Amino acid sequence: MSNALLEVESPRLPPQPETPESWRRFFTFSTDHKVIGIQYIVTAFVFFLFGGILAMVMRGELITPEADLVDHTVYNGLFTMHGTIMLFMWTFPMLNGLANYLVPLMIGARDMAFPRLNAVAFWMVPVFGVILIASFFVPGGPSQSGWWAYPPVSLQNPTGNLINGQSLWLLAVALSGVSSIMGAVNIVTTIFRMRAPGMGWFKMPAFCWTVLSAQLIQLIGLPALTAGAVMLLLDLTVGTSFFEPSRGGDPVLYQHFFWFYSHPAVYVIILPIFGVFSEVFPVYSRKPLFGYKVVVVSSLLITTFSLIVWVHHMFASGTPGWMRMLFMFTTMAISIPTGIKVFAWVATVWGGKLRLTTAMLFALGGLFSFLFAGITGIMLASTPFDIHVNNTYFVVGHFHYVINGAVVMGFYAAIYHWFPKMTGRMYYEGLGKLHFALTFIGINLIFLPMHPLGLMGMPRRVASYDPEFAFWNVIASLGGFLLGVSTLPFLLNMLSSWSRGEAAGDNPWRAIGLEWLISSPPPHENFEEIPIVISPPYGYGSDEPLVSNNPAGAVNP
Amino acid sequence: MSSANVESAIDPQALNAQVAHVTETEEDNRMFGFIVFLLSESVIFLSFFVGYIVYKTSASATDWFPAGFEGLEIKAPLINTIVLVSSSFVIYFAERCLHRENLWGFRLFWLLTMAMGSFFLYGQAVEWMSLPFGFKSGVFGGTFYLLTGFHGLHVLTGVLLQGIMLGRSFIPNNYAEGEYGVAATSLFWHFVDVIWIVLFLLIYLWQ
Repeated sequence: MSNALLEVESPRLPPQPETPESWRRFFTFSTDHKVIGIQYIVTAFVFFLFGGILAMVMRGELITPEADLVDHTVYNGLFTMHGTIMLFMWTFPMLNGLANYLVPLMIGARDMAFPRLNAVAFWMVPVFGVILIASFFVPGGPSQSGWWAYPPVSLQNPTGNLINGQSLWLLAVALSGVSSIMGAVNIVTTIFRMRAPGMGWFKMPAFCWTVLSAQLIQLIGLPALTAGAVMLLLDLTVGTSFFEPSRGGDPVLYQHFFWFYSHPAVYVIILPIFGVFSEVFPVYSRKPLFGYKVVVVSSLLITTFSLIVWVHHMFASGTPGWMRMLFMFTTMAISIPTGIKVFAWVATVWGGKLRLTTAMLFALGGLFSFLFAGITGIMLASTPFDIHVNNTYFVVGHFHYVINGAVVMGFYAAIYHWFPKMTGRMYYEGLGKLHFALTFIGINLIFLPMHPLGLMGMPRRVASYDPEFAFWNVIASLGGFLLGVSTLPFLLNMLSSWSRGEAAGDNPWRAIGLEWLISSPPPHENFEEIPIVISPPYGYGSDEPLVSNNPAGAVNP
Repeated sequence: MSSANVESAIDPQALNAQVAHVTETEEDNRMFGFIVFLLSESVIFLSFFVGYIVYKTSASATDWFPAGFEGLEIKAPLINTIVLVSSSFVIYFAERCLHRENLWGFRLFWLLTMAMGSFFLYGQAVEWMSLPFGFKSGVFGGTFYLLTGFHGLHVLTGVLLQGIMLGRSFIPNNYAEGEYGVAATSLFWHFVDVIWIVLFLLIYLWQ
């Protein structure tokens, strides 16, 4: 197709009735991917704050060895809801928001493939969020079985009510799955079919590759969790015996269903953040992404490997020896494609003309955390070591370095990097740097002590512990409160910059990419004219333009 | 911008061509998205099938079926299977008629597909009512009703979609913008069919 074909607006897509500049559009059923993207991000961040408050209550409880601030039952509900909110209500919607906002801009599309489906998928997020939080107020309180809801613990229903914390939990998770599948179908279709003319696969920005890899995992893995959740819900409400061992059921089968999705889910979370790193490092190093093709292909390798490692969560679940060996091997093998990426980012930054803006600092901090988590990850992949630290704070420390260290810092990097594009205004660099310092210190202060605690044998998910663990717990709790405080300069910065920040201009970072060629904030239709891409991304230090200035003479895609 | 764009904006014929093109792209997107969705949906069935195989292979021969139950009757389900599988061919003929703009032929074959789907659902209901065990009768009872029930819901969805498509065929010029709805319903029907074949092999033949 030539550019001229796409020039004329289809009469079937009338202009949106809402005024583009009003803040009210964020509270409407808008089908604009940019509005939906921001809706996702802001909603998810509200849940992030809520989950963070739960975590701070837990750290407050753990500052002394006795269970004195909250009792054991409340504590069980707290860690269950903390984990569930952070995964299903914060990371997935947040990353869907980033993908929603950025992917159509980066591939040169006017919107997602299915704008209405997109809006429906978003509006399910507040619905299942409310359902989940409502479980605090039902008799018996919220689910206490941890975010993985293993039977037979999750099959206990002491109150005897049909509507209890666990059934609401399952309902919310199932709805979250429906929303995620809608999002995944939409994003995959958009990336496959709506790229601008000339944008071949190897001219697509790395962020789009990682989003595609992550959404493929959603499509393959999520139905398995849905299957397990449906069976668990039937056990709990109807009285079937799929996972009830006393009546012939198999609780370990649930673990397989659960981890077949929920291990790859961590790659759903981290892959788009890898994409953010791949976008941010070249801009602030003024160098092309090192080994672009290998980096993007390694994303698909991670997708493939991620589907065959899930049993490493079940080394202590009566798993036979050959299975332990096999999954130990595959788990270690997945560090190869991730190692490729880490190497490429270091090589990108190496010798570059660095600008340490807030986004760059957060990306570097996220990379550091990810490297640390990768090292403890290799340790945990080894079955003998894993059996030793199974269900201890070592595991908690490891995955929080991934999810809070790499993912949350990567999220902040993305927000600071694209904030001028999203709002047309510049944030305050000083507040941003303060935010980075507090976050980086807080994360290391809370999660580093968890490693010695785990090696000493402190189990996770306990409200009271032996006094010998007190020293590291006090430090971790102080770090936790610092991490809580660190969100305040961020909120202040975002709110004040959005309302009264300086005008940012269209491309304040002198970045290369389709999203930086249009005005800030982007117009409703994104591109007045669909650009024709003629060079690969990250052309820093190259004279070749990214898009053709002469659409008439352009070659076909 | 370029003169080509200006020209195309005024030339009504070119404008129509472009609108047709955009419509076509949208339709392709919808079909692509629907196929992606079906592939994902098949993983749910795959999970249930794998669960069934795990349960069946790990249970001992005596405690698999509920007490006093010898095994599933195969004759009536086999007739049901033949009807459902044949309906896949019938719906294909319906689509071919639509391609040739033979609207009444389409409606006839389409209605026949709906009848065959409804017959399948009726047969399923009759079988369910004749069985001496229920949803809560151990793991076999649970998996049997879960698999046949979940598949039956898909058949019901298929028949309802077919009803909507049949009604829409009476809207004048309904197919001027393509036949996405009919094509997607038909694809869904084939999908439901293939799932049933696997299910029949697993539950009825492998006893």
